[in-house]
Amino acid sequence: MFAYYLQLGLRSLCRNPVLTGLMIIAIGFGVAASMATYAVFQAVSGNPIPGKSSQLFTPQIDNWGPNQGRSDGSLPDALTYTDVKALMSANVATRQAATYPVSLSLIPSDPRANAMVANGYATYADFFGMFNVPFLYGSAWPSSDDARHGNGVVISRKLNQRLFGGTDSVGKVLNLDGNDYRVAGVIDHWNPRPRFFDAANGSGFAGEPDFYMPFTRAIDLQIETSGNNNCSGGPVASGWSGWLQSECVWLAYWVELPDAAAVQRYRSFLTGYAANQQRAGRFGWAPRVALSDVQQWLDIQRVVPPETRVSLLVSLGFLVVCLVNTIGLLLAKFMRRAPEIGVRRALGASRSEIYRQFLLEAAAVGLAGGALGLLLTWFGVLGVGLVFERDIARLAHLSPALVALTILVAVIATVVAALYPTWRAACVQPAWQLKSN
Amino acid sequence: MMQIKPIFAALRRHKAGTVLISLQIALTLAIVCNALFIIQQRVTQLSQPSGLDEANVLRIQNQWVGKHSEAEYGPMVATDLALLRQIPGVVDAYSTNSLPLSQGGWSMGLSLKPEQRKSTAQTAIYFADDHALATLGLKLVAGRNFRADEIRPMPSKDTLRPSVVIVTRELADKLFPDGHAVGKPVYIVDRPSIIVGVVQRLQTPWPGVRWGNTSSTLIPLQLLTNGTNYVVRTRPGQLETVRRAAPAALLAANRMRVIPDDGGVMSFAQIRADTFASDRGMAILMAVICVVLLAITAAGIVGLTSFWVGQRRKQIGVRRALGARRSDILNYFLTENLLIGIGGVVLGVVMAYGLNLWMVTRFEMAHLAAQYVLAGVAVLLLLGQGAVLAPALRASKVPPVEATRSI
Repeated sequence: MFAYYLQLGLRSLCRNPVLTGLMIIAIGFGVAASMATYAVFQAVSGNPIPGKSSQLFTPQIDNWGPNQGRSDGSLPDALTYTDVKALMSANVATRQAATYPVSLSLIPSDPRANAMVANGYATYADFFGMFNVPFLYGSAWPSSDDARHGNGVVISRKLNQRLFGGTDSVGKVLNLDGNDYRVAGVIDHWNPRPRFFDAANGSGFAGEPDFYMPFTRAIDLQIETSGNNNCSGGPVASGWSGWLQSECVWLAYWVELPDAAAVQRYRSFLTGYAANQQRAGRFGWAPRVALSDVQQWLDIQRVVPPETRVSLLVSLGFLVVCLVNTIGLLLAKFMRRAPEIGVRRALGASRSEIYRQFLLEAAAVGLAGGALGLLLTWFGVLGVGLVFERDIARLAHLSPALVALTILVAVIATVVAALYPTWRAACVQPAWQLKSN
Repeated sequence: MMQIKPIFAALRRHKAGTVLISLQIALTLAIVCNALFIIQQRVTQLSQPSGLDEANVLRIQNQWVGKHSEAEYGPMVATDLALLRQIPGVVDAYSTNSLPLSQGGWSMGLSLKPEQRKSTAQTAIYFADDHALATLGLKLVAGRNFRADEIRPMPSKDTLRPSVVIVTRELADKLFPDGHAVGKPVYIVDRPSIIVGVVQRLQTPWPGVRWGNTSSTLIPLQLLTNGTNYVVRTRPGQLETVRRAAPAALLAANRMRVIPDDGGVMSFAQIRADTFASDRGMAILMAVICVVLLAITAAGIVGLTSFWVGQRRKQIGVRRALGARRSDILNYFLTENLLIGIGGVVLGVVMAYGLNLWMVTRFEMAHLAAQYVLAGVAVLLLLGQGAVLAPALRASKVPPVEATRSI
């Protein structure tokens, strides 16, 4: 019976071609619009480090106070060098690493080749273990390098390909901004999106970083941050050491805290630290600190562009209008066949038979709408680059899961839309229909 | 007007269809009003002038390579600028940290007194020299340009202490509402800076910042860092020639630099397009959604009305046989649609404001202006009338003899 109803449904698609066509177009557009924007939304709002995001935390400390601070009362979104030094040496968390983005020029050994810019991060050895960074060759630099201000460097697979032809380059030397570094490890592809550990610098969806170098050495070499530097009020002392002592915030700091007890301990440690700073006279205000995990931090930093949410919303609204439209058209289509229903009912078909037939017919319409929707989604995903930044648009593509979801949404939405018209069809009184004929 | 009562009576027999059409009109109105409003906001933002001679300005990003002391950067930049100014087609050039709309830069608070706790106005800081006004094509409305002897080098981690500044009119008005800003001191950090000039307009690097879209300050300092932006103004029509010639000349003079392949040399038009790419895209997306949505709503109305016309052929025939004219039938369907439409737009207006209010709280959007709602109401009512015209005309052509047929 199922196959027969499906066949009937497909055949009836051709019966009122205009009405059916309108329905298929409406469903197709509605589904396509929501699927294309959903693809983007999913790409930008995913968990960048699943499985570990709830164990990674970043602290915030109010070092500006109520007068110099932000007008909306929010905490500074980075730390000062002074605070990072203190937190690093306190060593309270399982793992901990400060980071800041650096941009250095790479001088090729071939004198005729042009120099290039390499973007990376200055950080600590814990960074790699804390964020589960996969290594192709070698490993992170030894943590003794952090203490010794050593010259170990971890490079990306891409940079390794470019400089060393993709071979195991551990122990080889490369020159960045006139200084030599020894390769400690080569990272396999690793680029969490959004880049939560550098979210404050707005590089959430940038390409893979080229290298990582010891934080302590970067500070020795006076390598400036290529990210934001926010100073609030007050005279800033001159020179590099003056800057390090200033209340300018420019450093990201992440800790790994395996369980709730550790989180609680770290929280009270932070509050205690701020209270100490108050006692020492650096902060003239009560301690105000925060500790956010990855997802909370991404929310605070508003990493997901508002465009994606607004357009997802608009597209969902669009789908709803298309469905309301489909309800109306299905009602017209089904009620036109009231005489036919009357005959079937008079010949002994039960109400549930009518339900089955018409819902299947609607599913057939949904299937056709889904097919059109798939085509339009494909166009939509191609056009995503028009609406969103290139970095984000690159993330959205027509995956098999999206194809399945498109068809599924189209069929389910149409069947849901068909519930009311089908109920009306099942309510047709056979006697009344037969009499009027 | 005589017909309204029977129309209501008939509508009561088609509750489902009536409700569906008005609901669709309401939803469409809510979405279209908000979408139009978003489009208008984006377009306003992207069409604001920066104050520059936009058609002829070029930006070259330069990063020095190798070990240099900070003191060396000053003469290296000066050599590059002298070279750039000699390239045929170049009007003038200078070196700076940032340009309007480039989305990265330096902002500070300006105070009127040295010990002020909260600054009087927030401003973007542009490092500049005596060539900046000519290069950018800024219009000086009061005071004077920087003199060559006022330009000083500034080590990258030094305190910002310019002796003189040039501000935009918006900023001058904020600082000195009496209109006499020239000659007055302002405090960036701890030393006074005398305002020597006021330019008409210069946007900040961040379009749409709340503290002032054109609150900018030019300071006569040359920041000593390993990376800088050269800004070049070309003669009209020479932009493309200079775009190719300038980086080649720079690299020929000194290879120890990086001018990135991707975005290293950009015209101001490209900077603008890059900055507003998502705004433009959003406007396009909204426009497409509006058009398709209106089309689908019209299609829905055509579909359901056609169905009603088909259902009522016999009744129409009876009416015609009893003396109703064709225009009466036509008017009947038009009025019926208008009534449904009015019901829909009333609900739609409520939904439009509700949706907007929700977006205001969630996405920090502005409040919906009434003219968008009015325009949306007019568009949807007209759309409804247009959509119903074809089925209504078909209904008016039903012959009176239909009354005698059994189906």
